[in-house]
Amino acid sequence: MSDAIKDLLAGPVKVVNIGLEGFEAELSAQDVEVVQVDWSPPAGGDPKLADLLSKLGA
Amino acid sequence: MEAIEKANALAVERILTSDPVLIDVMPARDVVPGLKDGMILHAGPPIEWDRMCGPMKGAITGIAVYEGWASDLADAEAKAAAGDFEFHPNHHFDCVGPMTGMTTVSQPMLVVENRTFGNRAYCAINEGLGKVMRFGGNDAEVLDRLRWLRDDFGPALGGAIRHNGGLELKNIIARGLTMGDEMHQRNVACSGLTLRALAPAMAETATDNAVLAKALAFIAGNDQFFLNIAMAMGKSMTDAARGIDGSSIVTSMSRNGTDFGVRVSGTGDQWFVAPVEMPEGLYFPGYSEADANPDMGDSAIVETIGLGGFAMGASPAVAGFVGAGSASDAGNFTRAMGEITAAESPEWTIPAMDYLGVPTGIDIRLVVDTGLAPTINTGIAHRKPGIGQVGAGVVKAPMECFTQALAAFADRMGVS
Repeated sequence: MSDAIKDLLAGPVKVVNIGLEGFEAELSAQDVEVVQVDWSPPAGGDPKLADLLSKLGA
Repeated sequence: MEAIEKANALAVERILTSDPVLIDVMPARDVVPGLKDGMILHAGPPIEWDRMCGPMKGAITGIAVYEGWASDLADAEAKAAAGDFEFHPNHHFDCVGPMTGMTTVSQPMLVVENRTFGNRAYCAINEGLGKVMRFGGNDAEVLDRLRWLRDDFGPALGGAIRHNGGLELKNIIARGLTMGDEMHQRNVACSGLTLRALAPAMAETATDNAVLAKALAFIAGNDQFFLNIAMAMGKSMTDAARGIDGSSIVTSMSRNGTDFGVRVSGTGDQWFVAPVEMPEGLYFPGYSEADANPDMGDSAIVETIGLGGFAMGASPAVAGFVGAGSASDAGNFTRAMGEITAAESPEWTIPAMDYLGVPTGIDIRLVVDTGLAPTINTGIAHRKPGIGQVGAGVVKAPMECFTQALAAFADRMGVS
């Protein structure tokens, strides 16, 4: 394990969670400070719609 | 795609540079193009009698009696089921109407002219709260009020508006936003500002003091009086942005209590329809979700121009009223709607959000991309006709309308 990783885990963990809120909830329940970012895949993960959106310049 | 960006810029420019002015109140027969005897215009996308919800059927039977097309409610229902009346969406006749949205030939219509582009839009007068036709009410009290609006109030209001040379609406909205209105579920400030602007002219033009006193009291006693003016205003603004090739900007969002419909500038007047959703909100004492009718009305036209749920940040009181959370949550609704709109209004701003302009010009691409459905503030009607409003809440436009619209828009653009 590199020194950088060791240093990272030695102190309080700082977490930014992107997407699934379940991870944020689990960490918060253990008193870990989490910044939650609302995110979901484009077009709800529908590849056909995502392809159309890409071609339409979204 | 550059062509879409240009077309959308034009659509949004037309909405933002509109100059809507309330110019008159006139019988629908005289001003609504193409409206004839036997025609009943309703809220939302097209729908036939068999699929209409309870309040819509209740309003239709009531308006048929009011117009003298049926001897009583039972006769009206039989005639409606037999196909004796023509049903059309308000939106097909330059009109809008809240909740059931009844428009027929002898109703007095608020006339809003978009002076920048010359087009006009129409909406009937708000009847007040409680047992009213827009919530499916159809008894003698409801019909008598409609007759009074037709015979006394409408002519009095129209005379005052003409006397003043019209009522410019953009300034009223700008001031209303600074006074806590979002122009859908809260119109207290704008109703008051309208009364202040028109009362002197109503007195000046009055021929009967009793009518004048009742008319002034009617406006003063109805916090939602301005809603119908705001709706005709919104229709006049979005109609100016209709039919722009290559534009993915929404020009109509509307519900008939069964279906939700969306129209988009670049796909002509085609409706994209999906089952309407139930509002989530708070109920008046004695009522619950079990009493509620699905979402209904053309009033989402105000969200289409950046007001209502899109301007929630201006109206923390409404956030509480519709059960949308705390005052500080109100701004989050406005910020979220900023994610799906093309512009911020330079003239309609929210002081509590550092004068952020209301989010304007819903882009179907952004709605589908983000998965954020437009948020609409709405009244909740009882599912049975005649009872009236039982609560207020927030409803999301169905995502299916926007995915359908995106597919049709892509087809028009030659993209597959």
